[in-house]
Amino acid sequence: MSSSLAIERDNIRKLFPDTFNQARKSRIKGQIIFFLILIYLIIGFFTLDVVDIPKKWKPQNAAMFVLDTYAHKDHVTMKWENPDDIKIAFEGNYRSVYGRDNLDKSIPEWFYKNSDNIGNVIEFNNEGKAILYKDRVEIVNFPKYDRDFTIKLNTNGKPYVVGSEDLAKDDLKGFRITENRVEFRPTLHERVQVYPKKVEIHRYSIGWKYFWFDFSSPLEPYSFFEALGLTFSKERVVPEMSNLKLFLTEIKDNEAFMHGRVWWAMLETIVMAVLGTMFATVMALPLSFLAAYNVTPIKALRFTLRRLFDTLRGIDFLIWSLIFLRAFGPGPFTGIFAIGFTDTGTLGKLYSEAIENTEKKQQEGVQSTGASKFLQHRFGIIPQILPIFVSQSLYYLESNTRGAVIIGAMGAGGIGLQFLGALGTGNDFENVAYMAILVLAVVIFMDRLSAWLRRILIGSDQLIVR
Amino acid sequence: MSKALPANLEQIEINLKKLTNQRTRSSLLGIAILILVFFSGTLVSLEANAGSFGRGIANFFNYPRDLFVDTFEMGWKYWPRVVKYIPELITTINIALFSTSIGFVLAVIFAIFSSRNLIRNKRVIQFTKFFMDVTRSFPTLIIAMVFLYLMGKSSLPAVIAITIHTAGALGKLFTEAIENCDGKPIEGLSSVGATWTQKIRFSVLPQVLPLFLSYGILRLEINVRESTILGFVGAGGIGEMLAALIQWNYGADVLACMFLLVGTIIALDYLSAYWRHNLIGVNQ
Repeated sequence: MSSSLAIERDNIRKLFPDTFNQARKSRIKGQIIFFLILIYLIIGFFTLDVVDIPKKWKPQNAAMFVLDTYAHKDHVTMKWENPDDIKIAFEGNYRSVYGRDNLDKSIPEWFYKNSDNIGNVIEFNNEGKAILYKDRVEIVNFPKYDRDFTIKLNTNGKPYVVGSEDLAKDDLKGFRITENRVEFRPTLHERVQVYPKKVEIHRYSIGWKYFWFDFSSPLEPYSFFEALGLTFSKERVVPEMSNLKLFLTEIKDNEAFMHGRVWWAMLETIVMAVLGTMFATVMALPLSFLAAYNVTPIKALRFTLRRLFDTLRGIDFLIWSLIFLRAFGPGPFTGIFAIGFTDTGTLGKLYSEAIENTEKKQQEGVQSTGASKFLQHRFGIIPQILPIFVSQSLYYLESNTRGAVIIGAMGAGGIGLQFLGALGTGNDFENVAYMAILVLAVVIFMDRLSAWLRRILIGSDQLIVR
Repeated sequence: MSKALPANLEQIEINLKKLTNQRTRSSLLGIAILILVFFSGTLVSLEANAGSFGRGIANFFNYPRDLFVDTFEMGWKYWPRVVKYIPELITTINIALFSTSIGFVLAVIFAIFSSRNLIRNKRVIQFTKFFMDVTRSFPTLIIAMVFLYLMGKSSLPAVIAITIHTAGALGKLFTEAIENCDGKPIEGLSSVGATWTQKIRFSVLPQVLPLFLSYGILRLEINVRESTILGFVGAGGIGEMLAALIQWNYGADVLACMFLLVGTIIALDYLSAYWRHNLIGVNQ
């Protein structure tokens, strides 16, 4: 059976030698291209320092970054010279101190007097405790540790772990001991640091605290839904304004998450994208007719317009935004015009190609009724290209939303700049995460919106090219 | 009217009128919405913008004029300046080319796992599609800035950001290409007992490869722009150079960089149009 197949195969080879040789040739060509690409990738790996990823990647930094995006921490600070004055502050911010600046702000329940009525207990979420005394810090009850620890200051005023000489290295895991500091960090969520001058304890909890109402807000004791329920009650939380107004202003002026500013910035970015796309569409529509050979007989005009489109597109929106930034200053106008100018080029080119690809018969049909040139274009061409126009413009709306974020970060304002600012401060990572999620949501929303509009306007959500 | 009209003419006219009215109404509604969006957008912009609109228009040509004046003052010494920035340009193109290649490979893998005609498991398809949506929707700048913060200044964050974005963006287009390809060759191979990989290799890939390459080349062009922008926030290449030069107000050098960039982008534009025409123009 197999031999007869082989004979058959040889016969076919003999009958069509050209086909088989060609196939082999193109296969070799493909292989050569494949190897060239492989060589390039290897070179790229070295020239772009991809091999350095393990070296550059600082897992400690990344872990802190990720931890801070979904968790918040409270700082407890005690100075050795004044052990009665223990300060508990949210994120270590001097403006958010529990139990001091605003007296009705109660001390959190995880901080209490020890049963011996001398020490102060900080209870962590894993039930481990740090107990502060006048002369020592005790670390007790931590899971996965079968003994308790005591940290004291020695006669030179330097911190040390009592009895650490007798302990094996494995028993002291989680400790980092240097001359001026003893740090105990069993997991990322608990951190006890003892310095010659003070003790600082960081207690992490998961979640975005003060997302709706900030630390000093009168509505802070209530949850979001409780506060929403309060807006219907007549009893005022603060005498100055109604509950609804208070509710809205407190959310808007939230100091931690800055909802008012972030949403305003987001609105600016959306305005940039929408108006920029509208501007480009309005500009490109007449120009594309003038650049299409079946509408405009003047060759010089067509050529000039084609090159104009190329130039507008070629000067990327980066450079346009730099130029407009100098003219208009930071603000949405810069973004609108940068997007508008670039996309006039892109859309103009696409539109004029679409016009040139229209069916000639319809125009001729209108012409046969004795219609003027204008009416021929109105009823012969526009109905054919309108779906393409709408589809292209809406498609660019989504990518322009992303573009507007970038232009914003260049200095035009909007959410891009806010994001850059939050990242630059180096400790507001929950804001970074919040804005990143917001941008993601808005871009996906714009994507869905433009797909939906395409579906109801032209019956298909696919991009029609021609 | 002397001639008798068909009985249903009246009905036809009523229907026509109804349809025309309906169309006019929806067009007017659409235009009204557009005008509303335009005016509210302008109001927001006027409030948020630092400088006024009128002064901006008046100042528009100042900066380009300054740049050109600086350049003309230099005379013939200008051209060595332009050459000086070519290595930076090559870095930028290198970032784009490398990340496009890696992103391309990832996109092919994603696309295979999110195509309805290749994968039967709906969960896998949904998950891959969602994953691609997320990677595609993040602006590259945001990913790059986070990685720049974590890794320090180098080209790596740009490579990572562009690769992630490219994988998502190309993956979506590739999925559409695979789902729209002819099912007959797949059936043919199934009939002779081909395995799943063989089916992909000999029936799907030959159909979609030209389209894939065409999309890839288009993406390369976009990525050169992206990598310039990422340079602007500190990822190296001509973008970083340009940002520094603008800070120092070296007009002639700024213009040199801009010329190089615009030249590259226009050249790539033509080149990619030519390649893509060669790849798919012949078949269609």
